[in-house]
Amino acid sequence: MRYHTPSTFEDAARVSAGAGGVTRFLAGGTDVLVQLRAGLVTPDDLIDIKHIPGVRDIQRTAEGGWRIGVAVPGIALGRHAELSADWPGVVEGMELVGSTQVQGRATLTGNLCNGSPAADGVPGLVAASAMVTVVGPEGTREVAVADIPTGPGKTSLKKGELIAAITLPPRGKNGGDAYLRFIPRTEMDIAVVGCAVSLTVEGDRIASARVALGAVAPTVVLVPEAASAIEGSTLDEAALERLAAAGSRSTTSGAPSLSAPKSRGCWPSAPPA
Amino acid sequence: MPKDELKAGYKLIGTRPNRPDGLDKVTGRARYGADFSVPNMLWAAVVRSPHAHAKILKIDASKALALPGVKAVVTRADLPTGLSGEDLNLQDNTLAGDVALYDGHAVAAVAATSALIAQDAARLIEVEYEVLPHVIDVDDAMRMDAPVVQEGAADHTVPEGSPPNVARCLDFGHGDVEAGFAEADLVMENTYRTEATHQGYIEPHACVGQLGEDGKGEMWVCTQGHWYIRRMSAAVLGIEAAQLRVTPSEIGGGFGGKTTIFSEPIALALSRKAGGRPVKLVMSRAEVLRATGPTASASMDVKIGMKKDGTMTAASAVFRMQGGAFVGMSPVGEALSCAFACYNIPAIHHEGYEVLANRPKAAAYRAPGSPMAAFAVESLVDEMCRALGLDPIEVRLKNGAREGTKASYGPKYKQIGLVETLEAARAHPNYQVKLGPNQGRGVASGFWFNHGGETSVSVALGEDGTVTVSIGTPDIGGLRASVGLMTAETYGIPYEDVRVNVVETGALGVNEPTHGSRATFANGKALVEAANQTIKEMCKRAAKKWGIEPEAVEWADGAARPAGDNAGKFPPMTIGEIAAGMGASGGPIAGHHEVTMGGAGASFGTHVVDVEVDPETGRTTILRYLVVQDAGRAIHPAYVEGQYQGGAAQGIGWALNEEYVYGKDGRLQNPVFLDYRVPVASDLPMIDTVIVEVPNPGHPYGVRGVGETGITPPLPAVANAVAAATGARIRHLPLSPPKVLAAMKASRDG
Repeated sequence: MRYHTPSTFEDAARVSAGAGGVTRFLAGGTDVLVQLRAGLVTPDDLIDIKHIPGVRDIQRTAEGGWRIGVAVPGIALGRHAELSADWPGVVEGMELVGSTQVQGRATLTGNLCNGSPAADGVPGLVAASAMVTVVGPEGTREVAVADIPTGPGKTSLKKGELIAAITLPPRGKNGGDAYLRFIPRTEMDIAVVGCAVSLTVEGDRIASARVALGAVAPTVVLVPEAASAIEGSTLDEAALERLAAAGSRSTTSGAPSLSAPKSRGCWPSAPPA
Repeated sequence: MPKDELKAGYKLIGTRPNRPDGLDKVTGRARYGADFSVPNMLWAAVVRSPHAHAKILKIDASKALALPGVKAVVTRADLPTGLSGEDLNLQDNTLAGDVALYDGHAVAAVAATSALIAQDAARLIEVEYEVLPHVIDVDDAMRMDAPVVQEGAADHTVPEGSPPNVARCLDFGHGDVEAGFAEADLVMENTYRTEATHQGYIEPHACVGQLGEDGKGEMWVCTQGHWYIRRMSAAVLGIEAAQLRVTPSEIGGGFGGKTTIFSEPIALALSRKAGGRPVKLVMSRAEVLRATGPTASASMDVKIGMKKDGTMTAASAVFRMQGGAFVGMSPVGEALSCAFACYNIPAIHHEGYEVLANRPKAAAYRAPGSPMAAFAVESLVDEMCRALGLDPIEVRLKNGAREGTKASYGPKYKQIGLVETLEAARAHPNYQVKLGPNQGRGVASGFWFNHGGETSVSVALGEDGTVTVSIGTPDIGGLRASVGLMTAETYGIPYEDVRVNVVETGALGVNEPTHGSRATFANGKALVEAANQTIKEMCKRAAKKWGIEPEAVEWADGAARPAGDNAGKFPPMTIGEIAAGMGASGGPIAGHHEVTMGGAGASFGTHVVDVEVDPETGRTTILRYLVVQDAGRAIHPAYVEGQYQGGAAQGIGWALNEEYVYGKDGRLQNPVFLDYRVPVASDLPMIDTVIVEVPNPGHPYGVRGVGETGITPPLPAVANAVAAATGARIRHLPLSPPKVLAAMKASRDG
């Protein structure tokens, strides 16, 4: 195994593009190192991106949004008062990932790139219309978070590509977001279903909404029908029922089965043979 | 005479001093299985079957052996042949013979100079399989056309023409059951099912084994019983037990799962093949869940007859339980014997089937068999109480076993405390709390026999009058504190003047493991005998010095005192004074006691739980939980309460979310704690406890074992509470949210 510590994203992309075998990027390591120790993935090239300047920064963008570095741990999101005030749903989704110890290491970008449909950090990003900056051999591009995961454990990132930052749009006035999940236990569990909602209000009515569901399809899904079920409403009982019905219709597999860990994309759980 | 009548005189028993192993444990100094290392040590890795059932056609280790750092590979061919019975089962489970019998069955192992090299080498061992049909579910395994797990497994109890995986049949009872049912106003019969669960100990199995070409060996191991490790490993390897010295480490939980061997002989076999270099073998969590423990899964029919006033007239039970791919591991006999142990019923019939399935060899798990039986029987009793509009505690009091009751499994009970636990539960504030919407209360009682068993202890005086106690049962739940208290009480010396050591196999006679809730009971009873030998000797030394008859000396408060006519003639001679002069007065003073202990009094318990069920998700929240159990005498009440709470926590997990989930391919799908859902701390409220003390006449301090009964009532208590909260009766554990949701929907739809 070769261990690399590039100092720019371009260098990191170059190492990855030139590598022949299994490559993994290392930020918090809460997925990569666990998979490595469980014998599930043994990278030939392990590319540690924590040495790149700025990866631990949370910055206000010129437009008034936020740019979150790829090595910012979950705990730093929660401690950032302004970010938490703007995007509480994004922050609380990430804060549900793992234990306190894991929170000290795990990153939002890692949660996204691990490709789990049950990732708690992702629905909030999708509902928030978050973008990521992708650096690769063919240059840099901006991609919607919703377009990164393509299936359990899979992403749309091409060989040599990696994410350099996550960008949240300006929150604007009269907006808010939230994330809730259902788990059989109270802690230390994987979402059976996760739901993020981001919306804006005008007076007592919902002006616009985005609803994202996790763990019910091969990727986190945006459910426009659920959003239109509440847009224009005062979130009365009828609107909530329409919202729930739209959510139920959107799942590809119907009610997820708690008794089939693999079917809900929970990994790593395959034992080494 | 039981010392209970002197209870008022106890100075230390019933107090709560710090445990002697506490500081080491909270500072991380305590050495658990994997903490042990020795120079020149190799690391082991095990190759396991990825199939539920497969013929092993070929094992090619040449690539592994070519890897630098690899020192040995072992397969079944390295173990002796000609074993039979349980020894052969142990050997078959240690390393598969011609057939791998379950997903995770060990097939080969390698020892190398580092853990990483060993793991790499294990991946290089090529095993060629021919996959065979498999069977997982207990009821599927009972079918006539089920895939056969092991040919010829049936013993003499199995009639001709039985399903091929039935290994043993049981049939026992008393009274006229049909007449009893005819006498009843209500007869109900239902089928109940529980899934396999794992003991879930925090510490995975770990050992360091060393075995030379001369057949002399040593092992350092995390175990509940090192003499069992010695006997079983020696049998599997064909070496002499006395040549294997086994030292136990501290233990991070066992719950019955560490009373047997799994891969310990592999470490020794690798060591022998690697020229006697010590070999360390540490299991991963996935290996623990796939290849050790678990308990049985069960399918149980129960029928009870009851009069309108709650009097039980007759009962019958038909239990089917699989304990994995090997005979003798299904706890169906214990389950049947425990099923109606709480009740005085005139007519009972028990019928049981041990059945094999392609699952890991089951191990004991806290009151083996009793929790499943309680789930079936206590659920049905609850259903009948509801049908007849009777209070569940009143019905249990009406039919409850008492002193003199002939137990459902045969013998007559001596002093027991079931009635006292029911009365204490009824009087507890938790039983009076008013419940809100979607909330329900469940009650259930439970039982475990408790055990005495082979026990050997010794005590020795230090030159300063302090006392060393040597015991042979690893301390899992505060044993050293409890033994220290009983020792200090017996001598009349401070608790701090006693050190209790768990010693290796060379230091005592054979000890059974810490199992059967026996350790505090059996060690306590034996050490009083051993201590009394030394007290007698100390009185003799004092008498000699004073020039009076030994019979004229009595022992009290840590000193010999002249008694009778001589009372007051000489000042008391303390244990310290006698010990300081013991070299000159006749030599070292020590005592020992060896016995196969009887007199373990049964422990009964009653649990009351309140739950709230979310009607939208089916998720159950435990609102409050009460354990009431008879301890006989609580030597160290904090550790008694800890056992009650631990049993309840494990039982709640079994009831709500824990289960082995297999795919169609027969492979375990949830071999990690993320998916094998034991309750986390925030899932549970503080578990309330009440210690009932009905002294055991078979113990000098009245002790009953307390470790196991507590896991028995939670399964039915939680199910009864969920039924009360939702109106939906679920007869198949676990009560996971989708199952509860579906049952609520079915109950609403009528």
